[in-house]
Formats: sequence, structure tokens, C-alpha cells
Amino acid sequence: MTETSISTKGSNWGYAPAPESADHFKLKEQYGLFIGGKFVPAGSGKRFATINPANEKTLAQIADAGEKDVDKAVKAARTAYDKVWRKMSGRERGKYLYRIARIIQEKARELAVVESMDGGKPIRESRDVDIPLAAAHFFYHAGWADKLGYAFPGKSASPIGVAGQIIPWNFPLLMVAWKVAPALACGNTVVLKPAETTPLTALLFAEICQEAGLPDGVFNCITGAGSTGAALVKHPGLDKVAFTGSTDVGKAIQKSLAGRSTKLTLELGGKAANIIFEDAAIDQAVEGIINGIFFNQGHVCCAGSRLLVQESVEQEVVEKLKARMEHLIVGDPLDKNTDIGAINSKAQCERIRDYLKVGQDEGAELFQTKCPVPEKGYWVRPSFFTKVAQSHRIVQEEIFGPVLAIQSFRTLDEALEKANNTPYGLSGGVWTDKGAKIFKVTRGIKAGVIWANTFNKFDPSSPFGGYKESGYGREGGRHGLRPYVELS
Amino acid sequence: MSGNGENMKSGRLDVRKTYKMLIGGAFVRSESGRALDVNAPGGKWLGHVCRASRKDFRNAVVAARKAASGWSNTTPYLKGQILYRAAEMLEGRATTFREVLQSIGLSPAAAKTEVTQAIDLLVYYAGWADKYLQVFGSVNPVSSPYFNFSVTEPMGVVAYVAGEKRPLLDLVSGIAPIVAGGNTVITLSTGRAAVAAMELGEVLATSDFPHGVINLLCGLREELVGQMATHMDVNALVTQGADAKESAASREACALNLKRFFPREANGKGDEDPYRILDTVEIKTTWHPVGG
Repeated sequence: MTETSISTKGSNWGYAPAPESADHFKLKEQYGLFIGGKFVPAGSGKRFATINPANEKTLAQIADAGEKDVDKAVKAARTAYDKVWRKMSGRERGKYLYRIARIIQEKARELAVVESMDGGKPIRESRDVDIPLAAAHFFYHAGWADKLGYAFPGKSASPIGVAGQIIPWNFPLLMVAWKVAPALACGNTVVLKPAETTPLTALLFAEICQEAGLPDGVFNCITGAGSTGAALVKHPGLDKVAFTGSTDVGKAIQKSLAGRSTKLTLELGGKAANIIFEDAAIDQAVEGIINGIFFNQGHVCCAGSRLLVQESVEQEVVEKLKARMEHLIVGDPLDKNTDIGAINSKAQCERIRDYLKVGQDEGAELFQTKCPVPEKGYWVRPSFFTKVAQSHRIVQEEIFGPVLAIQSFRTLDEALEKANNTPYGLSGGVWTDKGAKIFKVTRGIKAGVIWANTFNKFDPSSPFGGYKESGYGREGGRHGLRPYVELS
Repeated sequence: MSGNGENMKSGRLDVRKTYKMLIGGAFVRSESGRALDVNAPGGKWLGHVCRASRKDFRNAVVAARKAASGWSNTTPYLKGQILYRAAEMLEGRATTFREVLQSIGLSPAAAKTEVTQAIDLLVYYAGWADKYLQVFGSVNPVSSPYFNFSVTEPMGVVAYVAGEKRPLLDLVSGIAPIVAGGNTVITLSTGRAAVAAMELGEVLATSDFPHGVINLLCGLREELVGQMATHMDVNALVTQGADAKESAASREACALNLKRFFPREANGKGDEDPYRILDTVEIKTTWHPVGG
């Protein structure tokens, strides 16, 4: 092998497996609902299995909450709100959140491993992104609890009451943090429903609340599928509903809350355009495209799932992208070398495969990498489509998988027109060396979060949320407190 | 409504005003050709106003969408000046407005208060036009090498349904924060308030608002609110004085395109409140790398 071939064909070297060990903790065989500070079985006694999508093995049995359980949880949250939490000073509330942040940091390894086992995401991402950010989110909001007067100039802020929160399976613990930290900091109590495919870290979080000595009922966790969520939304005892998930479900929730005074914030789907201009640092931009669409298997509402590349560099970008994608390692989420883990569930895997078929049926050209994938489990190789039209479903609809749609453009105005031509408006990206162009594009994209010469960055102090059919309300930063307070 | 009859003393016949709606900068009748009677509280017939159709609303949305990008890019300083100019124009016609408000049933004192409050409210929001971004925007201290900031951006096209209780003020208190936030607006005024709204059109048309930024309709609330809530090219709906049934229907209908919905009570509280500007703007956060 010559030296040249080594530098250009690094994959020839291969990677030895580097699995993260999972022997430093033991999951329970079954988990109950967390209501009023205690783990209790579902009233019906029903359970469902949560499985590891990388090997289809059952990890634990989870209680399946019905209407009566939801009612108990909401009542526990109400009692805690009236008797304890609303009366507590912001300073003391904040101290509980600091404790929670610290315990998440202390148990970071366990949480990261469980997150990857339950959800399929690469351990590198759980370890370096999800868990540290979840801790940071609590730490950030802890400090707001006694400073809310400074967040809303000219107004006085008070809590809303009991919040029902429904979160998705793509960032299980991080979404717990995004929802619970601001709600608690502002003096509300919570009934949380994690996704049925990824309930484990939310339940470990419930244990953390116990360890932190959080007063009973301030945080409650009910597990189950869509029907549990629907029962929660329907419960008349809620003052506030916060939902992260699909646009269709978000719309249904808004409809079901019509006629009630329950407040609502929605963080829904997206179809972000990642715009690459000819004057961009192309290699860097290619890394940004990879990060934009293949981070977390593409299970990201703000994923850069549409690539808009200037015509003059289209060929170069596509070639480099192909070469880079061939180096992505798909496989065991617990392996520290893995770039792309398991698709979260069988249903989602089928959905993505449907879209791969739809795209081809519509006339687009599919490229998939040739990497090996394990036999058991749910996997999709990194994929992109070229020869796509703006009206194609793979351009208009959220796929929520490692599938990129590539379009080209000639002028800045054309790029913006295409970028904005979907019902969504969650995020966007722009790559160029020209500062003035960055600001023109970031202003022109109708979306709530825009990354310039980077993509998929998150921070507790940075507000996140959408325009248009990507929902309303912000999470994170000073703006993220607004959905959890009454102003007078 | 003045000039409503024959001046017997001079023998001269007054020239009456035809009240027209304002759409895209033009004074127009309803495309439907329909009109509504407006009566004084005692039952005396005062004249006609248009009864806007759903098609009129759709036309107004087209005009408002066309104007949206230009108005959103108008400098905050200029937006403030234009709002202030509207106050100047209203001040200049204060006497007329007092007469109009009295003709539809307000006491002289109430009419005077309402007109002066409406003028002052325009001045109040004129001042906010170049300040709310500083109050509501932020630079965010992220833990990575990025310059991260959040700014307000207009939502786009907003529909506003005004109450009737304060015929002039209910309308002005809705419009001012919406356009100060850089949105364009289509308003609906009903009943006796329609007269004040159509008079206001003449003030707004001479205040340097670009055509289509403010579009004034009048008609029947029950006929048009549903259309406003379901229109796919409207970004937000603000209503005043809706009953529980209307609010529930609007919230449900707004789910169609996740239009932002803000029902407000018609109690006159909170007219002066910059957080009303915040209702119809979005928060955009931008990440920009720091370093070479």
C-alpha cells in the first residue's frame, strides 16, 4: 500500500470495535409510574416492553398509564403546586434544580449508556451532547428561579399551575430537561409523558428527583403510548400543555384544547434548508451537511434535511459529500466509533423506507452508502436524493431519518424562495465566506433558529422554536421562560 | 356622521360621505355590492357601510401579503415616524371624530376621551417602534465559540377583529402594536364601530403607510371571523371581545396552519403594553462562529 492510498483511503485501516461497557449499573426488570414521589404500578396492571432498537432485545417492562393514572398524576401535581411549590421562594426552588443538574452530571455515564441502549443513538452523541446539555439546562434554569423579575421588564411573573408535557423519542433526557427545567424554575409542577419507545431515562430522571429530595408531586412521570398522551391533554386539571412532536399531533392537540383556557406551546416538525454558496469553505460545509442530516440518525426536528447548493459548486459538493458519507460507520450505538446508530423503532424504520420508495417513485435519484449494517435491529444507510423538485414529498415532508434531498440554485433570492417554500419554519443553515451575505440570508429564512457556517448547535441560553407550522413558543434562554409564567 | 340632511336655512343640500373600506391603499366598496345600515342609538338611520364578503377579505390578504416584506424591512425609525404621523392626522381631525363618535351614541365627554386616548396611543406605539427589539431581543451567552443572538421578526400578515364598545379605540389599540411590530394587518369592524373605522381609513391613508400595510374592512363578525381563522396565508389572528363559542371555534380553526391566536377581552385594559407587540412577532435566534 502506498502512502497516497493510505491518506485517501483511510477506511482501509478499519476500526476495531470500541464498545462502551454497560456493566456499571443494572436496569430494573420493570418500572412503574412516578406519581406523588413514588413509583406505582398502572391501575390496570398493564405493561409494555421497551426494547433496544439495535438488537431488538427487551430492556425493561414499563407501566402503561390509563386515564385513572393520569388523573392521579395531575392531582398529585396540583396538590404539590398548591401546598408546596408555588409557595416556595424562587431561591429554594432554584436550589433543587441545581441539585438535579449535579446529579445528572454525577450519573452521566449511566444515563448516556441507557440513552443509547433505549433509543439507538451513538454513545458519542449521548455522552457528549444529550447528557451534558440536559445537566446544563437544569443548571441554567436553576439560576432563573429567583430572578424572574428581571426576565420580564415592567411586569410581574407568576407561575401558571400544572403543566402537562409530552416529549418525543429523539432526545429523550434532553427533552425532559427542556420541558421540566423552565417549568419548575418558574414555579409550576409537571406531569410528563415520555415517548413509549424511550421511557427509560425519564424514569431514571424520576429517581434523580427522589435523590434530590424534590418535594413529592412536583415532578410526575406517566408512561404509555399516544392514548396516554391524549388522556393527559384531555385532563381538565391542566393549566398548560407543552408538546414536542409531529405537526399533525400538534394540530390535533390545539384542536382538542379549543374551548379551554389551557395554555399551549408546540415544538413540531421541520424541513430545514442548508444553503451552500459557491464562496463557502466547501470542506467545512460538507462536514456541516453531514452533521445537519446524519446527527442522531436524522431524528432531529431541526435537521438540515434539504441541501440547497449553488449550481457552480453542486458537482463538487455532491462528490465530496459522497466520499465523506462512505466513511460514516453505521452500527452498534454503544461503540464509540459509531457515527450513525440504530433507527429508533421498527415503525420509524418502515416510515423512512417508505419515503425512500416514494422519492424514487417521484423520479428522484437515490444514493446510499455501501457500509455494512448489523443483521438484527433497525438500520438505514446514509442516503440522499438528487434530481428532486420543490413539489416532491421528500422535499415538502419531514422524513425524520438519515435522508437528504439535494437541490441547486443560482441566485440568493432563488435560494431563499426555495428555502421558505415548505409549511415548516424551524431552522435553517447558510454557508458562505461573506459576512453581509450571511446576514441577508439569516434574515430572509423564515425560521426560528439559523446556523451560519455551522449546524445543529444547542445551548440552554439559546432560544429554540419555530415559525409557521413548526409550532410556537420558545424553549431555552430568557424567551423560553415566557410559556411558563403569567404576566401582570 | 355629519351632513346627514338638508340645511333648511341656507337651502343648500349637504354632500354626504360614502363610507368605503380601505384595501391595498384604495377606498373600495364590497365586491359583493352589499351594504349594512348604521343607526344611531335612538334608531335614527345614519347611513350605509359596506358589508365585506369573504372575497373582500381574501383580496385584503393579497394586498397585505404584498406589502408585508416592504413594511417589515422599513426601518424602525421610519415606522415610528409613520405611526406618529397617524397621530398627527388624527389630532387634526379630532373634532370630526368627536362628532362621529357622538352620532353613534357616545356622550360628548366619552367621545372626547376616546379621541384623545387614540391619538396618545398612536404616539405611545410610535415610540416603541425602534425600542422593543432592544427590550425583547437578547445576546445569549452560549458555552461554545459562537456569537448567538435573538431578534424579533414580524410574523407577516395579521387579522384583527375589533370590538364595538370603544368604536375608535378598540381598533387603534389593535392596529398600533401589530404594525409597530412590522406586520401588515386586515381589520374587521362591526356595527356602529364601522363608521369610526371607515373614518380612520382616511387618517391612515394620509399617514404615509405604504399601500396594503393597513386594510380596513367592515361587516358582520359571524360571517367573517371563521374565514379569518382558516385562511392559509394569514399568520396570526387577534380578536377582541369574542364570546366563548367564537374563541373556541377560532382556536380550533387556527390549528389548520398553526396560525397564532390571541383572544383579548374588550375591557380596555392593557392598551398601552409593549408585550402586545411581542404577541405578533417571532423570535429568531442566529448562531455565528467566532474565530478565524
